[in-house]
Amino acid sequence: MNYNVNEKGYYGEFGGAYIPEMLYPNVEELRQNYLKIMGEDSFQKEFRQLLKDYVGRPTPLYFAKRFSEKYNTKVYLKREDLCHTGAHKVNNTIGQILMAKRLGKTRIIAESGAGQHGVATATVCALMGLECIVFMGEIDIKRQAPNVARMKMLGAKVVPATSGSKTLKDATNEAIRDWINNPVDTHYIIGSVVGPHPYPDMVARFQSVISEEIKTQLKEKEGRENPDFVVACVGGGSNAAGAFYHYLNNPEVGIIAVEAAGKGINSGESAATSALGKVGIIHGSKTLLMQTADGQITEPYSISAGLDYPGVGPMHAHLFASGRGEFISITDNEAMEAGLQLCKLEGIIPAIESSHALAIFENRKFKKEDVVVVNLSGRGDKDLDAYIKHFDL
Amino acid sequence: MNRIQNKLLGNKKLLSIYFTAGFPKVDDTVEILQQLEKNGVDMVEIGLPFSDPLADGPTIQASSQTALKNGMTTQLLFQQLKDIRKTVSIPLILMGYFNPVLQFGVENFCQKCAEVGLDGVILPDLPLAEYEEHYAEIFKKYGLLNIFLITPQTSEERIKRIDTASDGFIYLVSSASVTGSSKKFGEEQTRYFQKVASLSLANKLIVGFGINNAKTFRQATKDTSGAIIGSAFIKELSENGIGGIAAFIKSIREV
Repeated sequence: MNYNVNEKGYYGEFGGAYIPEMLYPNVEELRQNYLKIMGEDSFQKEFRQLLKDYVGRPTPLYFAKRFSEKYNTKVYLKREDLCHTGAHKVNNTIGQILMAKRLGKTRIIAESGAGQHGVATATVCALMGLECIVFMGEIDIKRQAPNVARMKMLGAKVVPATSGSKTLKDATNEAIRDWINNPVDTHYIIGSVVGPHPYPDMVARFQSVISEEIKTQLKEKEGRENPDFVVACVGGGSNAAGAFYHYLNNPEVGIIAVEAAGKGINSGESAATSALGKVGIIHGSKTLLMQTADGQITEPYSISAGLDYPGVGPMHAHLFASGRGEFISITDNEAMEAGLQLCKLEGIIPAIESSHALAIFENRKFKKEDVVVVNLSGRGDKDLDAYIKHFDL
Repeated sequence: MNRIQNKLLGNKKLLSIYFTAGFPKVDDTVEILQQLEKNGVDMVEIGLPFSDPLADGPTIQASSQTALKNGMTTQLLFQQLKDIRKTVSIPLILMGYFNPVLQFGVENFCQKCAEVGLDGVILPDLPLAEYEEHYAEIFKKYGLLNIFLITPQTSEERIKRIDTASDGFIYLVSSASVTGSSKKFGEEQTRYFQKVASLSLANKLIVGFGINNAKTFRQATKDTSGAIIGSAFIKELSENGIGGIAAFIKSIREV
């Protein structure tokens, strides 16, 4: 079986482009051009150069010695937290801003939940001198004040999404509506491997630099390109898509996707889409999503704003449905404990999203000789308030 | 012949009204339909509310939220429409987003539509290619027309493809916008309507988005077969309730 997208934009039964006709020309323009543009030497050269000089790639692959000792296996951390702006999100925004420029677009829009993708988008818009509008749920704007300030400092306009539940899914709706209203000059930089085809594939390709580097770095350290397992947290799933990408069709490498169980899968406050979701349409993609029996999309919950999404990218829905990926869900408490533990064992403060991936080692046992790569997708600076509150620091 | 096709035979400029089922009150559906017919409306789009209506502006978003809070569901709407053909004879179209239909089961949904006497469906986020590959046969089996949208950005080639796939009318979106936009309705739109009208399509054209009074209705229908009013009607319902329908429709038709 192939786990990449097919020529019709599907991963198995998931994906496609379920968009109103108003968006068809924009999405079609992108679909017809994205592979061609990404394949151009000049594009690759500029993209690679910026990843190196501006983002700070390659990010280290770090052998976490004390963490490994504690869990009696070999754990490597892929340090995406060391990227400029503090998370892997910027890999994608660099790629998409270069894409937008080549498509002749002058106005950039984006959605943001926790504000990380908003900051990464505002950053590249400042870099390229393009107008930037970030849609963010009214509730998230209040919860994530420092990131809102960052975006403003970077020159972006932050527009509150006041519809529906006033969080990430509504911010995404507002960004899509803005694109409908501005079909000619605007490019929509989606922040995850979600949305209509070709977005999931395009974003996965931009993020695939993560697993490309893991292969080279692991070869140096372990004498082999393939770990036994790659672990990553999944909200929409962009850091996971990047970490899994070059291993998708290699059955020797186990793929472990970690979702947010929130207060528990059956608590009614969860974001564990693979466990709670059914096949449906969200933001232009057929995938697994949390919804009522009547097909209304429900509000997810997680302590981590970056995992707080009612759907999951179609690539991941396919990894789940086909059994290629192992899906584990981690509660708020388990994630917070794992985050604090990494601080103490390795001197690294992880983003709460990434802490979910670190938390699996308590219950998911690995062999002593297994090589397990965990994608440390972001740093925890943005989460200090949540850590302070949780641990009464 | 389907009621929509029959209605399109004449030369009258058709006035079609959109409203959200379950708004303002959950049980208003039947009475609104009866009032619309009584006051001379030619066709109705009954909106099936959805939590995340991507192509809709604030007015229809709000009416959808209220309708869902009121307890409207696909199942309930079909129950309310069970006897609608005893009192209402104008063409009725169900308009909504694809996810609730997918959860109801596409065949089940089409069967129910046919059972209660609906004539067509508009699902803006069900793309043409998906429809043709997976669902067209089911729609045909139950005699339902699937209405497609075109916009000022739709290429001529694609308009012709949509024309071939259509069997009633084409929904001409007046400008690049979501519903209820207050974008200017001016010469640019007129030129666009004329351009599409000049393509000699097999299907008639009915304009939607941005029509809110007699003037915009006249402008929209000068070169087309009719126009749809949605957000402006929802606003009217919020302000004056069902009692205001007669005066609102009269104000659109006045010359």
